[in-house]
Amino acid sequence: MTVALDGRVVRSGWTLRVDGLEIGEGVTAVVGANGTGKTTLGRAVAGLDRLAGGRLAIAGTVVDDPAAGVYLPAHQRRVGMVFQDLRLFGHLRVVDNVAFGLRRTGTDRTAARRRAGELLERVGVDSGVWSKRPAALSGGQRQRVAIARALAPEPEVLIVDEPLASVDSSGRAGLRALIGESPARHTLLITHDPVDVATLARQLVVLDSGEVASRGSVAEVTARPGCEWAATFLGANVVPGLARGTSVTTQAGLVLAVAAEAEGPVYVTFPAHAVTLHRDRPAGSARNAWQAELERVDIDGERARVHLGGPIKVRADVTRRSADELELHPGLNIWASVKATELTVVT
Amino acid sequence: MSAPGGARTAPGPDPGVSRPPAALTIVGFVALGLLALPIVGLLQRAPWSALPTVLGESEVLEALRVSLIVSLVATAACVVLGLPLAFVLARRRLRFGRVVRALVMLPMVLPPVVAGTALLFALGRRGLVGQWLDSWFGVSLPFTTAGAVVAAAFVALPFFVVTVEAALRQAGDDLDEAAATLGAGAWSTLLHVTLPTIRPALAAGTALAWARAVGEFGATLTFAGNFPGRTRTLPLETYLALERNPEAAVAISLVLMAVALAVLVTLRDRWMPR
Repeated sequence: MTVALDGRVVRSGWTLRVDGLEIGEGVTAVVGANGTGKTTLGRAVAGLDRLAGGRLAIAGTVVDDPAAGVYLPAHQRRVGMVFQDLRLFGHLRVVDNVAFGLRRTGTDRTAARRRAGELLERVGVDSGVWSKRPAALSGGQRQRVAIARALAPEPEVLIVDEPLASVDSSGRAGLRALIGESPARHTLLITHDPVDVATLARQLVVLDSGEVASRGSVAEVTARPGCEWAATFLGANVVPGLARGTSVTTQAGLVLAVAAEAEGPVYVTFPAHAVTLHRDRPAGSARNAWQAELERVDIDGERARVHLGGPIKVRADVTRRSADELELHPGLNIWASVKATELTVVT
Repeated sequence: MSAPGGARTAPGPDPGVSRPPAALTIVGFVALGLLALPIVGLLQRAPWSALPTVLGESEVLEALRVSLIVSLVATAACVVLGLPLAFVLARRRLRFGRVVRALVMLPMVLPPVVAGTALLFALGRRGLVGQWLDSWFGVSLPFTTAGAVVAAAFVALPFFVVTVEAALRQAGDDLDEAAATLGAGAWSTLLHVTLPTIRPALAAGTALAWARAVGEFGATLTFAGNFPGRTRTLPLETYLALERNPEAAVAISLVLMAVALAVLVTLRDRWMPR
């Protein structure tokens, strides 16, 4: 079962072109710089934007094919959407927001509310606020309500647009888990958060200026990201750990010094180009240094991407010249270091 | 918070910077007096003790009945016709959008007597459409209660349309899209999302249209005439009573003013800046 898109969407002046995209089951992350068409791709799948040409099929059924005169409107597709700006119904209570989709498909009010209650419970919205209007809720709670509302009609495809953009850090881990547990067969996660990709995505689609730059499994796309933006984005290292004050202890016991204070389980992210490599133990200001085992070197033009094992799995970007100077080869034991100021702590 | 007169200056922005020059303030208060004077004049002449008797006169009661029927039916027509028009204006990209919008607004600025004359030449027995209405259906609008309804609806319609169109534009179609992804078709979305979202504007537009319909005089007189029990509404009765029985004119005016005030109070939250 796939979502298969081969076509183009024209939106006020620019065009999103997608050739032979197949989205498999599980979570597929759609990444790309701002304005590259991520949201447009989601809207086309949902039926909110029509194709200008080509064809879109969901689980074998063609839902949009202008040449053949086929177009299944949004409300007849089993595609749910969690909008970036949520779009909860202000005139309805929280529970009726979630029950809305069930009511439209003929479920009676009592049954729809009961089901809405179950979903709200599952996404962790306290029953004390079920009969309030959405405006009375916090950002994180509204986000949960929006997810519950989209899941209620049991869509085959769930599109989640930047789910964590409006949520403060304390609620992110829980929301991320919710998306990971999405019961929809296909989940399209539009994001520009490397942690989302590292923790949730099975497949990856990279969009660059209105075209698919790369797609495949996370490992495949990371190996050939297809554009500069994605190379940087996917080069980002994501290391889980436990924070206490300004230090984070990784699962293997490596202690990283970070600039910002935090407590509890966190992810430490840093770009691949922030990692420097040394033959000997580095001296000087970089306080985070560890001994790593070199697994692989990918040469891409003047850049060498070095994959390191050891206490933490990390990617390092160095110039091809320094790769030659360091005589890098698989199996080599080498020192890696990164400055505390390069580390971002994400909860 | 805001007093209906709006004369309070207390909370507002920092007076040191934004206070207008003294001369402007004085002229402003003169203008306020100009607006208040007629109301004071009316209240001062009000035959308070005789009010029940005057308003109980059969002519007045009859005019009240005609006014209620005409204004309520006209308001209903404004809602039924105006809602689709507001949707067309707000949600469709019209080729001659500006011309269409000007056409919709026209009755707001047109002298009512011109509106009545125009209606006569369109729907009168010899009018553009009226001649067909007459020969095919035997329907003749001028000088009938139905004619008074048409005149009132004509002048009141833009008030409803403009109010609702603005609300529809402001609401946008974000929520409609959300409803579509939840399985709601066009009618279902309209009923369960769009209309509830713009409910305050629907109420405001209806109240404004009704107030305009109740007060209609010129177009009614020109198109529907002045027949007691059929087209003689309260404003027409007021005008006639001015010569026959000034006390009655004042009494009816008080009633109409109370209606206007009631509408303003209804719209307080939307139209009166806090």
